[in-house]
Amino acid sequence: MKLHNISFGNILRKKAKMLFLVLGLVIGISTIVTLLSITESMTQNIEKRLNKFGANIIMTPKSENLSLSYGGIYVGGVNYKVQEFDQDRLTHIRSIKNAKSLSIVAPKVLGPVVVNDKKVLLMGVVFKEELSLKTWWQKTNGYFPQKDDEVILGSQVAKFLGVKTGQTFELSNKLFKISTILKSTGSSEDNAIIADLKVSQKVLGKDGKLSMVEIAAFCRGCPINELTLQIAEKFPNAKVTAMKQAVMSKMQSIEMFKSFSLGISIIVIFIGSLLVLVTMMGSVNERTREIGIFRAIGFRKGHVMQIILLEAMVLGVIGGLTGFCIGNLLAWGIIPLVMKDGIFFGININLGIVSTLMAVALSLLASLYPAVKASNMDPSEALRAL
Amino acid sequence: MTHTDHLIEIKGLGKDYFSGDTKVSAIKKMDFFIDDEEFITIMGQSGSGKSTLLAAMGALNQPTRGRIIVDSLDLYALSNEQRADFRSEYIGFVFQSFQLIPYLTVLENVKLPLAVTSQKNKIKNQMALDVIDRVGLSEKAHRLPDQLSGGEQERVAIARAIVKKPPIILADEPTGNLDSSTSQEIMMLLKSLNMGGYTIVVVTHNADMKTYASRNIKVQDGEYYE
Repeated sequence: MKLHNISFGNILRKKAKMLFLVLGLVIGISTIVTLLSITESMTQNIEKRLNKFGANIIMTPKSENLSLSYGGIYVGGVNYKVQEFDQDRLTHIRSIKNAKSLSIVAPKVLGPVVVNDKKVLLMGVVFKEELSLKTWWQKTNGYFPQKDDEVILGSQVAKFLGVKTGQTFELSNKLFKISTILKSTGSSEDNAIIADLKVSQKVLGKDGKLSMVEIAAFCRGCPINELTLQIAEKFPNAKVTAMKQAVMSKMQSIEMFKSFSLGISIIVIFIGSLLVLVTMMGSVNERTREIGIFRAIGFRKGHVMQIILLEAMVLGVIGGLTGFCIGNLLAWGIIPLVMKDGIFFGININLGIVSTLMAVALSLLASLYPAVKASNMDPSEALRAL
Repeated sequence: MTHTDHLIEIKGLGKDYFSGDTKVSAIKKMDFFIDDEEFITIMGQSGSGKSTLLAAMGALNQPTRGRIIVDSLDLYALSNEQRADFRSEYIGFVFQSFQLIPYLTVLENVKLPLAVTSQKNKIKNQMALDVIDRVGLSEKAHRLPDQLSGGEQERVAIARAIVKKPPIILADEPTGNLDSSTSQEIMMLLKSLNMGGYTIVVVTHNADMKTYASRNIKVQDGEYYE
């Protein structure tokens, strides 16, 4: 006979009460685990979506001139020559240290062309990369280009030229078909004819040259400054700019979700603690007689505390492990329901250890007062209840 | 440490309770002693102060006045934890209504006082089985208390009281819930323990029980009569 026999005996005897106590812990821990798993999944999902919102790194040729423009409005008469870099060198971008973080690399060539006697902007792109990057592009009708001689027109340039989807126009003695006209995007694409990169390079007389490269880096909390430095090292003649606003908004969204989860977790932990405290207090009050007997036959205060805290610890372990399993099951079931393309990211063993320790700590903390109260019980008072 | 020739010495003992603003003296003033291997019955009406006296002798209830000296130890000069150790070493309690732990078997209930000792479980087991045998319940060692009769439960309570071989057994109304023939069996058992060297103090209101005692103490209105 050891003190733990008394603790285990009491747990087995009062199954319903102990089940209720464990249930309190299970609800608390499973809520936290579910919430954290969902938040983790949401975070990753948001990251993916935010990355789809476009490039977060822009690479342009270095220029000694300063662009005098703001929001698409050019001021002053600075006439600076558009500079380019060699397309061949672009393959080097995949050799940077964090190359795995580079999701989309979309090269472009830009230049003026004359269509129907009107001067417009021609933008040469690799359609596969560009359409992956600009997921918000919406065509009015028609289809996205499938051949070299098919082009997209921005909404403003289509109006300016007075053309419609399916019509053709001549450019450098070559006929091009308008496969679709984009709905207004509110950005520079509205004013451009968008054509295949190689074809555009030929039309503009810029074979093998690029005007700029838009890059989407796909990574958790993107070490964006690190990436720009690595790219800049590979392209000494390029100006690599991180669009920090996108990254910041991404980080803010993630932080917001984390704060939300933390807030809910604190509330759940508080409620769980109260539940354990109330149940343990009830259990101790019910056991006044028993504690009186223990004290009368020579148990010290510490022995009584050991019995009650051991019970709390065992229930904490059971509650923590059960809560962790149920939390994972709930997350697995709920994530696909609450998130489009949401995936459960698997069981996190560290979270399991932390949540079990948390349940034990919670149970011990909530049982501390009842345990102290029980151990301080005057045996003569307790025996009076006999 | 106070030297005394008696096992238990009660000096100027008094215990007051407050019922609201009214002071009630459960024990007014008592002076007596109990020697080693005596069998004492303390008799009196309900509310006479006999259970309060027993609790005070068992280091469970701090008196308002006076001293209780057991084996030269001034009980209420000791700390709470020292008194717990004293109870563990010196006293075997037999409570009214048996007071067994319902979720523990007979063997486990008897082993309960040994839970706080450092002995090996095998030795504890043997000690418990020996006393269970002594009270005649060997075949029911693995039963739960509610599977036993009242007399058998009282025997388990006695076995639990003697498992650590304390020199003093304090019994509060041990036959209060038993029929007369079972009561006699229990008193015979207590008598045999007394013959074996235990000092026994039994609180009872049953006058027939004093025939088993070597000395009878009467308590009335908080005062002692012999």
